[in-house]
Amino acid sequence: MYSEKVMDHFTNPRNVGDLPDADGIGETGSFKCGDTMKLYIKVKNDRIEDVKFQTFGCGAAIASSSMLTEIVKGRTVDEAAQVSNQDVANELGGLPPMKLHCSNLAADALQNAIADYKSRRQSA
Amino acid sequence: MHSRLVYMDHGATTPVRKEVFDYMAPYFQEHYGNPSSLHAPGREVRQAVEEAREKTASILGANDDEIYFTSGGTESNNIALRGLARRRGKPGHIITSSIEHHAVLDVCRDLEKDGHRVTYLPVDPYGRIDPGSVRDAITDDTFVISIMAANNEIGTLQPVREIGAVAREKGVLFHTDAVQVVGQLPVDVNQMNIDFLSLSAHKLNGPKGIGALYMKKGIKIDALYHGGSQERKLRPGTENVPGIIGLGKAIELAGSEIPDKKRNLEHLRDRLIKGLQGIDEVLLNGHPSERLPGNVNVSFKYIEGESVLLSLDMEGIAASSGSACSSGSLEPSHVLSAIGLDHSTAHGSVRFSLGFGNSEEDIDYVLEKTPPIVERLRSMSPTYNSR
Repeated sequence: MYSEKVMDHFTNPRNVGDLPDADGIGETGSFKCGDTMKLYIKVKNDRIEDVKFQTFGCGAAIASSSMLTEIVKGRTVDEAAQVSNQDVANELGGLPPMKLHCSNLAADALQNAIADYKSRRQSA
Repeated sequence: MHSRLVYMDHGATTPVRKEVFDYMAPYFQEHYGNPSSLHAPGREVRQAVEEAREKTASILGANDDEIYFTSGGTESNNIALRGLARRRGKPGHIITSSIEHHAVLDVCRDLEKDGHRVTYLPVDPYGRIDPGSVRDAITDDTFVISIMAANNEIGTLQPVREIGAVAREKGVLFHTDAVQVVGQLPVDVNQMNIDFLSLSAHKLNGPKGIGALYMKKGIKIDALYHGGSQERKLRPGTENVPGIIGLGKAIELAGSEIPDKKRNLEHLRDRLIKGLQGIDEVLLNGHPSERLPGNVNVSFKYIEGESVLLSLDMEGIAASSGSACSSGSLEPSHVLSAIGLDHSTAHGSVRFSLGFGNSEEDIDYVLEKTPPIVERLRSMSPTYNSR
């Protein structure tokens, strides 16, 4: 059902946890299945220097979260904002059709974290 | 990699026992006659089929001519419910429960399209149906009550005898989907006031693709299929002879072993429940005592069932879940919703269904492997970390 890469990221997820001094936090829940995800980003010189996630969800949701953190780490905020759910699914070697929405969870959490970062910077 | 397989999904299907397989085997190549044929090879097979029918009738306390072989539980349900509706010929009222298997629920929904009205009775937080609510739901045109004998997901046993008594008193026919119960617990169709009963071989260590419908003598329904006189025209088509032979043998074995098997499974079940509840914030779904001997259904709070199943699978443990993510429809199980579980608790449900072959060592193994899995998934969960 799942690719080896999905199973790898599910078994050994990268960047699990939280960042107490995060510059942006994005939370999202899937209307489809009820999974939830929280993404923390630490930004330095407009670049995502560190990223962590917490996910309450299925194997695909956890793997998508983990993969997303790998994709965005080290990228500029603007570059990261371009990352789509399809990019996450592709990097995972594909997801079963029923599980594509799990990659949305990760992409949405990222958009929310970036929006949070930008609004904090504006109000600072 | 894991070194062992612990199969705890007997609610989904069971392995065919060696005695059953050996008993069936000659009916593929040696005894291949068509039971409808007049010649010796045919007559010989006919006799074996009728012996299987006797065994099936015997475990239910029924007569041989009240047993109809079908392809399994789903077909038995369809033949009974649709056959009754078709016989009636005009819209009427059906009473069922909100926690039936889809093999009954979807038939009822389809019958609604034909103009029938269906009452889907609610259940209490343990998943029990109140016989009084059945009585209250009966109207002048109620023609059948269909309530499962035990729920496949949470294992809750229904007060079948009491519901049957209400049906009998009101003159309404009573069908029960008993695929989870036959071979696990004693059943007597007369004492329990049952008019129709569906059973399936692969839930009791028999082969897949074979089951039976019990229909009380004297009841008339219309056939859904046409094409031959097999199974008294109710299920025409050349019989699945090896399957029927296997069903008969599986039932014969199960019937003689019910007391021992029940005691053994209940012991293992209660050990597993107690052990799992040793983990923080684990809820038992279903009734604490009125439940199938082999059924354990728990919700691990703050984590999701499919990710638990994947993790268990990596340790060689086979279980199942009613979470939205493992349902194929992205909806949490209708059963867990009906007993009032909130979405996130339903999301963390896992069913371990024990059966023939499970041992004390299997329970030890599951209780050793599960806590670290739960701990690992919780450490990743935002809801656990912000609780």
